[in-house]
Amino acid sequence: MENVIYVKELTKRFGDFTAVDGIGFEVRKGEVFGFLGPNGAGKTTTIRMLTGLSKPTCGSASVLGLDIKSEIINVKKRIGVVPEISNLYDELSGFDNLLFMAQLYGVPRTQRKRRAEELLKTFRLYERKDGLFRTFSRGMKRALAIAAALIHNPEVIFLDEPTVGLDVVAARSLRNLISNFRRQGITIFHTTHYLEEADLLCDRVAVLVKGKILTIDTPEALKSKTNKKSLEEAFMKITGLEPDVMAIEKGK
Amino acid sequence: MWRDNLRGIYYIALKDLKTYYLKGSAVSWGIVFPITWILAFYLRNPQDFKELVPGLIAMTILFSTTATETVVINFELRLGSLERLLLAPIDISAVLLGKVLGGVVFGFVMTAVATIGSVVMLGLHPNVLYLIIIIIPSLFVFSSLGAFLCLTVREVFEAQTLLNLPRFLMVFLSGVIYPISKMPLALQYFSYLLPLTYTVYGLQLSFSAASSKMVFLYTLILTSFFMIFTVPAVMLFRKKFE
Ligand SMILES: Nc1ncnc2c1ncn2[C@@H]1O[C@H](COP(=O)(O)OP(=O)(O)OP(=O)(O)O)[C@@H](O)[C@H]1O
Ligand SMILES: [Mg+2]
Repeated sequence: MENVIYVKELTKRFGDFTAVDGIGFEVRKGEVFGFLGPNGAGKTTTIRMLTGLSKPTCGSASVLGLDIKSEIINVKKRIGVVPEISNLYDELSGFDNLLFMAQLYGVPRTQRKRRAEELLKTFRLYERKDGLFRTFSRGMKRALAIAAALIHNPEVIFLDEPTVGLDVVAARSLRNLISNFRRQGITIFHTTHYLEEADLLCDRVAVLVKGKILTIDTPEALKSKTNKKSLEEAFMKITGLEPDVMAIEKGK
Repeated sequence: MWRDNLRGIYYIALKDLKTYYLKGSAVSWGIVFPITWILAFYLRNPQDFKELVPGLIAMTILFSTTATETVVINFELRLGSLERLLLAPIDISAVLLGKVLGGVVFGFVMTAVATIGSVVMLGLHPNVLYLIIIIIPSLFVFSSLGAFLCLTVREVFEAQTLLNLPRFLMVFLSGVIYPISKMPLALQYFSYLLPLTYTVYGLQLSFSAASSKMVFLYTLILTSFFMIFTVPAVMLFRKKFE
């Protein structure tokens, strides 16, 4: 199958500190790829490099067959990104934020309004479309950030902890949306701390610890390899976080 | 590619104009401040008021273009919304030029008000062509200077303080209120390093009856200043996302 994301020996250093340490992986077309790892593992740093917000120290990567160094603008046209923080414009309304994104992404003039309204409805924000982003709750901001990433019908979507702050209904509808995307052949690169969510959604997951990928496999395979019932337990075992937890429990 | 960038520049400038520039503080910095200043001089010396008009316009250009740049750059960098812009398929230089253009358009409106106001009130007959070829490049010069300075620091308040340095330096040393020819020689040389000097000279020519080729030289010099400020500004901006 066709590789939509191709990463080779990708590295990011901040001074002496290596945040991402020579990672390599491939994501196939139409796949939901989970990028898991504890806080500070380098997930966001990797997404930032793949989406053109940060330059790799070394290594290479391509998205949709386009090199992220030389063809980043063409990459950006075809990807949607939900950043870790919902950083849309406080002083613009929900609707105007989406309209502005549509303008920047070159969505045809005649489709901008309709597309923005559609997305507001999908994310149950239509009633508040004229409210300023500043006045939205955290979950509403998150939902609008996700909507903004979809405005130009991207072929690949990068989601950095999209469900943080979403209520049960919204998180569920996002999961449905992701399943729909998958059926349409849209590729999803997804980081999350909710391992149940990853287990439900992801075709394959990579486990990243201290900037290095420890393993890449299907959730099923990881569970059977580690002999665990849930992905969460498997994750604990793979990352080596398990013994500490046991020690704490024994100690009490 | 260039079409994407032009579209980006346009919509970024438009968004900044709508969200920030139409607010009261921008308008007060942009025009009330220069008028108050000039009024103070007028009260001291009412008969020379006509001579102050080029200075008034120059000050309006300087203050209005830089009025909200700390907000559109430093504040947005801090909130992360500027980073969100960079996810869009436009070059980082286009994002910066969009920011600069927002300042230019706002400055243009303020300057037009100041210019037309003084022309009508005092019954002056300026050379309109000269006015245009001096005012337009000047707007770009000071907007890009502001953007450049804002990008050298991190915080909004630092940028605000830093912007005051060229503002006041130029108000005093570029012939806005005190003629350059009456300054000590060393300061006269120094004033030639300041872009506002050429704005003031060019505007003085626009309001004098004489026609002079010098005005084109000033336009050229001002355009060069725009380049001198924009290139390092884009480099600084790029560096923030490395
Ligand atoms: N601009 C920066 N300068 C210095 N260090 C940085 C910078 N950005 C990230 N880091 C460091 O790189 C490491 C990886 O950070 P990153 O944000 O990628 O982690 P993450 O896996 O997304 O974590 P989380 O789950 O908490 O979001 C962290 O140790 C972080 O402190
Ligand atoms: Mg992160």
